[in-house]
Amino acid sequence: MALSSKTKAVLLGPLNKNNPIIVQVLGICSALAVTSKLEPSLVMAISVTIVVAFANVIISLLRKTIPNRIRIIVQLVVAAALVTIVSEVLKAYAYDVNKQLSVFVGLIVTNCILMGRLEAFALGNGPWPSFLDGIGNGLGYGWILVVVGFFRELLGSGSLMGHKVIPQALYDAGYEDNGLMMLAPMAILLVACIIWIHRAKNKELQEETN
Amino acid sequence: MDAISLIVRSIFVDNMIFAYFLGMCSFLAVSKNVKTALGLGIAVTFVLMLTLPINYLLENYVLKAGALAWLGEEYATVDLSVFSLLIFIAVIASFVQLVEMVIERFSPALYASLGIFLPLIAVNCAILGGSLFMQQREFANIGLATAYSFGSGIGWLLAIVGMAAIREKLEYSHVPKPLKGLGITFIITALMAIGFMSFSGINI
Repeated sequence: MALSSKTKAVLLGPLNKNNPIIVQVLGICSALAVTSKLEPSLVMAISVTIVVAFANVIISLLRKTIPNRIRIIVQLVVAAALVTIVSEVLKAYAYDVNKQLSVFVGLIVTNCILMGRLEAFALGNGPWPSFLDGIGNGLGYGWILVVVGFFRELLGSGSLMGHKVIPQALYDAGYEDNGLMMLAPMAILLVACIIWIHRAKNKELQEETN
Repeated sequence: MDAISLIVRSIFVDNMIFAYFLGMCSFLAVSKNVKTALGLGIAVTFVLMLTLPINYLLENYVLKAGALAWLGEEYATVDLSVFSLLIFIAVIASFVQLVEMVIERFSPALYASLGIFLPLIAVNCAILGGSLFMQQREFANIGLATAYSFGSGIGWLLAIVGMAAIREKLEYSHVPKPLKGLGITFIITALMAIGFMSFSGINI
């Protein structure tokens, strides 16, 4: 299926120049707290993508009937309904991961990416572009999460997805896991590094003031 | 005594921003100067202290398994906890709208200084996070829940005001170009969070 350039921009923009986390600064809350291991990061990324995409579609279908004054409540209710479904599914099929994510699945409701996309895109566009926009933003959010989760698990506990990857010989030679990586602040530092690299490559995104 | 220890813990040890990263979006966006940061901090504390006790009552008398027992024998087995997320967010969103309208009507001056932040608060993760943590921790009574909401709100306020103060000073420092703005803010947040970790383990 050939995509027109507009659809392409809607779908792929959020992966790089328009990334929700490192450029638009949305959805940081959950991004930082769940990334101490790779697996919860992946689950979180998938959940957010699904919720954003479908909430976008629903709001886009309803956009002509929602009164302006109560639109935030309507958006939140739609989002909360979708998140409830996702969280029940997780409880049924991935209970352990759900435990690790704790309140952060519920917090997808107030994930700023969700509200931001609903406000900025779904209210003004048709269902199909909105769906693509949701997928794009979910993936843009997801790859940051996966990168951060990858480094934190690799350096912090020497494993990936729960499997040991650092050979025992290295530990015998004196290598030790960096416990600091498992602590929450390191997630922010890693995101800061990603921002640094990203902005060094994309000069037009650099800010003038501190 | 329980309440005081809970307040201290939720301000310093379980700080909403530095321990759980809740409310980061507005934390990063509105921490450019101390005055607005203070305004938002107060608004967040205010809404948190109003919505958390309400959600506590709803949780314990409507939503929890067996919570409807006061209606009669046949309701004792009803478990509505699936809906907790929906109810919590509906309470928060409608409350924010209500507070906004009341303030606009009765105190235009306060509305002018606080008003722009109120819609933001409905989607501030710290508010919903507070309610969800309340559900998870199962506080013994409404007093403790209120104390918790107060502590978390003040902790959030402290964090955002501190951040804003540092950022105001940062104006004069020389930061590498790609790190300007967002990047350096992230790094400072991380350093502050590491600083706050020294509080962990405190018991009062």
